[in-house]
Amino acid sequence: MNDNNTSPPLNYLTNGHTVKSWLLTVDHKRIGVLYLIAMTCFFLVGATAATLFRLELATHNANVLANDTYNRLFTMHGIIMVFFFLIPAVPGVLGNFLVPLMIGAKDVAFPRLNLASWYIYMLGGLFTLAAIIGGGIDTGWTFYTPYSSVYADSHVILAGTGVFITGFSSILTGLNFIVTIHKMRAPGLTWMRLPLFIWAQYSTAIINVLGTPVLAITLLLVLAERVLGFGIFDPQKGGDPVLYQHMFWFYSHPAVYIMILPGFGVVSEVLACFSRKRIYGYEFVAFSSLAIAAIGFFVWGHHMFTSSQSPYAGLIFSILTYLVGIPTAIKIFNWTATLYKGSVELSAPMLYTLGFIGLFLVGGLTGLFLATKALNVHLHDTYFVVAHFHYVMVGGMMMAWLAGLHFWWPKMFGKLYNEFWARVGAVIIFFGFNFTFFPQFIAGYMGMPRRYHVYDIEYQPFQMLSTAGAFFMGIGLIICLVTLVSSIFTGRPSGKNPWKATGLEWNYASSPPDTHNFTVPVKVDVEAYDYTDERIYQDA
Amino acid sequence: MNFFAIKTSPIAASEFAREWDKLWAYLMAVSVFFTVAICGVIIFFAIRYRRRSDADRPAPTKDGKLLEILGSVIPFILVMIMFFWGAKLYFDARIPPKDAIEILVTGKQWMWKMQHPNGKREINDLHVPVGVPIKLTMTSEDVIHSFYLPDFRKKMDVLPGKYTQMWFLPEKEGRFHLFCAEYCGTEHSLMIGSLYVVSQAEYERWLSTGMTSGSVVAASSEDPVAAGQALWEVHCMAACHTGRPGAIGPNIHHAFGTMRELETGEFILMDENYVRNSMINPNDDIAKGYPAAMNSFRGTLNNNQMNQIIAYLKSVGEGAQ
Ligand SMILES: [Cu+2]
Ligand SMILES: [Cu+2]
Repeated sequence: MNDNNTSPPLNYLTNGHTVKSWLLTVDHKRIGVLYLIAMTCFFLVGATAATLFRLELATHNANVLANDTYNRLFTMHGIIMVFFFLIPAVPGVLGNFLVPLMIGAKDVAFPRLNLASWYIYMLGGLFTLAAIIGGGIDTGWTFYTPYSSVYADSHVILAGTGVFITGFSSILTGLNFIVTIHKMRAPGLTWMRLPLFIWAQYSTAIINVLGTPVLAITLLLVLAERVLGFGIFDPQKGGDPVLYQHMFWFYSHPAVYIMILPGFGVVSEVLACFSRKRIYGYEFVAFSSLAIAAIGFFVWGHHMFTSSQSPYAGLIFSILTYLVGIPTAIKIFNWTATLYKGSVELSAPMLYTLGFIGLFLVGGLTGLFLATKALNVHLHDTYFVVAHFHYVMVGGMMMAWLAGLHFWWPKMFGKLYNEFWARVGAVIIFFGFNFTFFPQFIAGYMGMPRRYHVYDIEYQPFQMLSTAGAFFMGIGLIICLVTLVSSIFTGRPSGKNPWKATGLEWNYASSPPDTHNFTVPVKVDVEAYDYTDERIYQDA
Repeated sequence: MNFFAIKTSPIAASEFAREWDKLWAYLMAVSVFFTVAICGVIIFFAIRYRRRSDADRPAPTKDGKLLEILGSVIPFILVMIMFFWGAKLYFDARIPPKDAIEILVTGKQWMWKMQHPNGKREINDLHVPVGVPIKLTMTSEDVIHSFYLPDFRKKMDVLPGKYTQMWFLPEKEGRFHLFCAEYCGTEHSLMIGSLYVVSQAEYERWLSTGMTSGSVVAASSEDPVAAGQALWEVHCMAACHTGRPGAIGPNIHHAFGTMRELETGEFILMDENYVRNSMINPNDDIAKGYPAAMNSFRGTLNNNQMNQIIAYLKSVGEGAQ
C-alpha cells in the first residue's frame, strides 16, 4: 500500500485512463461499459429513423419522404433495433457487467474472447452503418426472398454481412456465459440459490448458441444467391422462397426470447429488492425460462399461416404457441404475487418494472390473437402485429432494460442519479409508449397493412395519435438519458448497497467494483432474495 | 375532425367476417379481463403494501402451489378454447364451394391483374357478383405479394412459381378495400385496388360489354379455355400426351382433379400446382410406367399460356369426360 489516505482506492473505472486501457481491456466490467456506449449510439440511430418515418405517417399521403426513403428508414430501424440493440442490450451490458459479480467470480471464463465479442459486434455494426451511409437497404429487417435475393436494388450484401458478423458476437458471448455459470460459481452458490437474472442469462445463452448459427447459414445463402446466383430460394431456378421464411423464423422466433428473457431476469431482481420479498415461486420462475427457451424453438411457423405452408403444420404451430404462453403467464402471476405483503417502494427502477409487467401482459395477450389461426389470417402483416411486437419488445424489453440500467447504475458508476427526474422520465415513457402503440392495434384490426408509406385516410386518426405519442416517448427518453449521464458528474456517491439489496454484487463488491471484483473471499450460505437477512441493511 | 365520428372497427362483409368477429370478441373479453385484473392487483398491492418506513422488514410469505396450479390450468383451458375455435373456423372456411366462380389473379410489382372466366381482364379492380362464392387462384410474376380483403377477414400470400387459393362469399353490394399485405418493394403501398360487389345482372352486363368504371384492359381478352385448347393441341397432344396406347406420356387429357400414381408409388393430386410444376420441372414427379422424357416448357410457354393450358385441362377435367 503506497497510497496515502486522501486518494480513493482504485476501482475498475480509475484503474487506467488511457484510450488503450479501455480498448484493450479484458475486464468484463469495462467491456460492459464499452457495450453500453456503442449500444446507446446504435439506439439513437434507430430512434432517429423511427422519428423520421413517424412524421411521414402522421398523414395519409406522402409529404415528408419519398417511398424509397421511407422503405429504407423502416428497414434500418428494424435491423438496428433488433440486431444491435434488443438482442445484445441486456446480455452485452448488464450480463457482462453482472454475471461474474453475481456468482462471485473474478471475471468471465474467457476474458479475451469476451473482448473479441465486442469487436465482432462493432465490426458487424460498421458494415451495417456502411450500408446505411451508402444509400440504405429496403428489404425490411426480415430480408424476405426473392425480394432480397433477386429484386431489391439496395445494399443487401453489406447489411446482410453486418448482421451475419454480429451473430458471432452473440454466439461467443453465449458460450462464455454458459461456461462461466457452470464452472465459476462461488462456494455454496448452488443452482437453486442463483439469482433469477443468472437463470435468465443462462437460458438466453443456450438459445443464442443453438439458434444464431441458423440465422448465419440463412443469410449466407441469401448472399450466395445474390452474388453467385444460387437458386435455393429463387423459383425461377426451382428454389422455394417459403423455405427462406422457415429458416429465418427458426432463428427469429427464438430471437424474441433472446430479447425478452434477459429482461425477465432484470424484472425479478428489481421486484424482489423493492418489495423486500423473495420472488414468489422461485423454482417456477427459474424453470419457466428454460421451458420457454425449449418450446420456443418449435413455434416458428406461426409467422407463416398465410404463406402457403400446410394448414396441418399450421395447427401444430398454433397449439405450441399457446403452450409457450403458459410458462409466461406463470411468471406474470408470480411477479404479481411477490408484491403481496411486501414493503413496496416505487423507485424509478420499480416504476419501469411495474410498467414492464403491464405492457408485456398486453403484448402477450395480443400474441394469443395472432396464434389463433382464423384470427391471424386477418391480422397478419397489419399494424396489429406491429403494435403487438412493440408491446413485447419496447414495452417489455426496453422497459426492463431501463429498469436494469437504473437499478445497477450506482453499482456501475458509483453515483446516485436524481430520483425525482428519473421517476418523471419513467412515467412519461410509460404513457408516451401507450399513446404511440395502442392506436396501432385499432388500425391493424381495421385492416391497415404494415410497411405502407401512404394509406387510406380512414386510418389517419390512429397514425396521428401514434406520431403524437412518439413525441412524448421521445421527451421521456431524453429526460432519462440526461438524468443518468449528468449523475456521473454531479451525482452523490452511492455507497456499496444503496437499495439495500441482496446479491453478491451489492454485498461483497464496492460501487464501482474493484478491478478484480472482490477483496474478500466470497462464500454463500443463504438462498437468493433473503430479505430477512439483517446483514444487507447494515452499511449503505 | 370529429374524433367521435371515427370508425374503429372494420366492415363485416360476409358470414365468415361475422363469425370471425365473434371469436375476436371472445379473445378481447379474456384479454381485457386479465389486463384489468392483473394491473388492478398490482396497483392495489403497490398502495396497500407501500413502504412506510425504511425499517420495514416484511415477513416472508410461504410459496403455495395453488397459484402455480390455477395459474397454469385456467390459462390452459382458456387458450385451448381459442385454439379449437380458431382452428374450426379456419378449416370450415378453407375449401371453396364447388359452384364458385374462379378468377385468376396475378400479382406483379406493383399491380394486381385479374382475369375472369370468359377471359376479360382488369387491373387493380375486381368486379364480382353478389351472393356467389368467388374463388381466386393466384400467382406472382416476381416477388411475394399478399392478397388482402380486410372487410372479408381474408388474406393469402401470392407466390412466384406456385398457385395459392383463397375464396369468399360477398353478401352485399358495394366497394371494399383490396390491399397488398406482403412488403414487395418501392410501391408496395400503392399496390391497392377496389373490390366491387355488384348485382348478378350488372356483373353479366359488365362481363360482356367490357366497359365499366375502373381500369379495364379490353385488349387481349381472349377466352382462356379456347386459347388453352389450341396450346394443348400444339404442344402436348401432338407430341406425347396423345391418349393412344404406346404414347410417350400418360393420358392426362380428362384427368384434372384426379389422383395420379407416380413412379415412386406415391399418389399425387393433379391440380394447378401439379400441372404447372410438371411443365416447368417435368422430372420432379414422374408418372408410373412412363419414361422421364419430357422437356421443360420454361421459356417456351409464358405464365399466361401455362394458365390457359390449365384452364383448358380444368374445363375438360374429370367430370367433363
Ligand atoms: Cu414468433
Ligand atoms: Cu406488396
